Amino acid sequence: MKRDWIYALLLLLPAMVLLMGFTHIPAIETVISSFFSTPHGRRPAHFVGLENYRYLLEDDVFIRSCWNNLIYSAITIPASIIIALVMALFVHNRMAGLSFLRMAFFTPTVLPMIAVGNIWLFFYTPSFGLIDQIRGLFGLPAQNWMGSTDTVLYTVLVVAVWKNAGFFMIFYLAALQTIPTQLREAASLEGAGRWTFFRRVTVPLIMPTTLFIMVNAIINSVRLIDHIFIMTQGGPNNASRLLLYHIYEVAFEYWDTAPASAMTVVILAVLSLLAIGQFFWLDRKVHYR
Amino acid sequence: MASHFLKSTLAAALLSAIAVPAFAVDLQFYFPVSVGGKAADTIQSLTEDYVKSHKDVTIDAIYAGSYTDALTKAMTAARGGNAPQLSVLLSTDMFTLIDQDLIQPFDDFVSADEGKAWFGSFYPAFMLNSQTGGKTWGIPFQRSTPVMYWNKEAFKEAGLDPDKAPATWEEMVEYGHKLTKKDASGNVTQWGLRIPLDGFPYWLFQGLSTPAGAILANADGNKTDFANPKVVEALTFLVKMAKEEKIMEEGVTAWSATPKAFFEREAAMIWTTTGNLTNIRTNAPFDFGVGFLPKHERYGAPTGGGNFVLFKDATEEQKKAAVQFVKWMTEPEQAAKWSIATGYVAPSPAAWETEAMKAYAKDVPQAAVARDQLEYAVAELSTYENQKVTNFLNDAIHAALAGEKTPEEALKEAQEKAERVLKNYR
Repeated sequence: MKRDWIYALLLLLPAMVLLMGFTHIPAIETVISSFFSTPHGRRPAHFVGLENYRYLLEDDVFIRSCWNNLIYSAITIPASIIIALVMALFVHNRMAGLSFLRMAFFTPTVLPMIAVGNIWLFFYTPSFGLIDQIRGLFGLPAQNWMGSTDTVLYTVLVVAVWKNAGFFMIFYLAALQTIPTQLREAASLEGAGRWTFFRRVTVPLIMPTTLFIMVNAIINSVRLIDHIFIMTQGGPNNASRLLLYHIYEVAFEYWDTAPASAMTVVILAVLSLLAIGQFFWLDRKVHYR
Repeated sequence: MASHFLKSTLAAALLSAIAVPAFAVDLQFYFPVSVGGKAADTIQSLTEDYVKSHKDVTIDAIYAGSYTDALTKAMTAARGGNAPQLSVLLSTDMFTLIDQDLIQPFDDFVSADEGKAWFGSFYPAFMLNSQTGGKTWGIPFQRSTPVMYWNKEAFKEAGLDPDKAPATWEEMVEYGHKLTKKDASGNVTQWGLRIPLDGFPYWLFQGLSTPAGAILANADGNKTDFANPKVVEALTFLVKMAKEEKIMEEGVTAWSATPKAFFEREAAMIWTTTGNLTNIRTNAPFDFGVGFLPKHERYGAPTGGGNFVLFKDATEEQKKAAVQFVKWMTEPEQAAKWSIATGYVAPSPAAWETEAMKAYAKDVPQAAVARDQLEYAVAELSTYENQKVTNFLNDAIHAALAGEKTPEEALKEAQEKAERVLKNYR
């Protein structure tokens, strides 16, 4: 019996090796390298303390990326959740063409983000893109939303909502299916309207799903940036530059790994705080059983 | 019986040992492709031809994605101690690669006379981004330069001479006004001019700043001149064409959609790389012309594209074999084949003297325009920490186009930021 812990350890080992090798050790190394300068061929890295972090405060591109990401998250997260819920409620009921609709809503999720980027690139193309061809029917002038610093962030934001909503819908759909029909019958006996039922019964019952989706949405709003590479490369004038894209560029195009490490640490810290906050604070408000 | 068997196996083993050269050199060679079509196939087949006639080497030609991908791959591989011996990379990455201590100059592997003859055989404009500090770090291979394409039909409709491109900035604006068409409700249906400025706007911008008389960076790659009044003049002119003259669509237009916009008659004159010539020749539903970028104080354009570079971390034999291969690849016959297949400018005058190239130039006279423009071409903007410094200028161009800053402010800021990075390299 005393050797139980050995078995436990052995059973945990495969998962631990993977997790350590690809998540924990790189994360720790990133934290360490954020205190050193970038090594160049002829000049090895040396300890610089908080210099890389101080540099971030001066880097207006980093600051702009932070703001962009904040706006991006603040809109994509609620928008994709609300649209997902509406779509789920819509296809939850029995109706003609149901499976076709469900498939249509889910299709964006299956597409790779690079393909999505290319599709939307065509939608947005001024003059002969899809949107402008439709606008042309109504005599509206050509737009160049992707070429203007005021609107470009919203063009990439719409793509993310479009991509995420279908995915989240599946979870909501599954959650809705688990709500017992007796509840609806009971509620209608009590004279509760559809809205009251939705607010008082449905929403609380799907709260665990909402929490799960929210965690995913937050992570996605930082993580899903593939379409930026295809559509805007962060431009014009950094107006559509998101944090992770900026980190990629600083690390693997500028080869300036020190500030990139510092930025990664900042993101890690913020995301961890958010996740902890969600689990400890929101968990109490979530009704699991 | 047994001994007979032993003897014959021994003999066979000996024979095979002689048949396979004992010192076959293995080379790895990364190449990027940034134009569509036959580029990758052509490189593969050229490499195979070489290996067939040179039994002492094997070459593994590896497609490495776009230019940026190829650099990322090569740098990552080198950091893991697994660098290729040879790669085609953007000529502008020269300083970055030197700074990372990853590449070795070609001078080390040829005699002084040999080197002089070889390096001197290319157009001097292409060598500007290939040499620094008296050494030759890159050998021109897939090189290009921006040119202006114009729609001859649109010129006729506007009452302009279809065989004459605007020669100066003033003429370009004048033509632009005549070529910009609006429908009844005032929406523009055809723009006079399109200069795509997303992604890497500095390159086509050099087609304005060079004619204005400015050189953006010094040959040592450690000082930029973004705040030069002539650069300000060029950027002011660019912004004016969009905002005041309204001959160019406002905001930033996309590089990749530009040929299509040309075919769809959305734009009557476009600026893009010579590398697009084959594409435009195949797809334009109308007669088109190819001309120099218009002049202001002088004619001028940047060069662009990729060079062969030699990685340091390899055996002497590998490096010698790699240099021999590069030499062969850039010989006139091979350069001509490559240029015809892709539209890149053949990098040496000798290549243009080959039969194949002469026939091509006769068939497609537009191809020679880029070559003739080389006389006025300057180095593509390239410095230490190139991507970072170049992006300061890119941001300045975009900020001015968006009206967030005046050209003067934007460029002054870019220069200050570049100074902060580059002062460490002096």
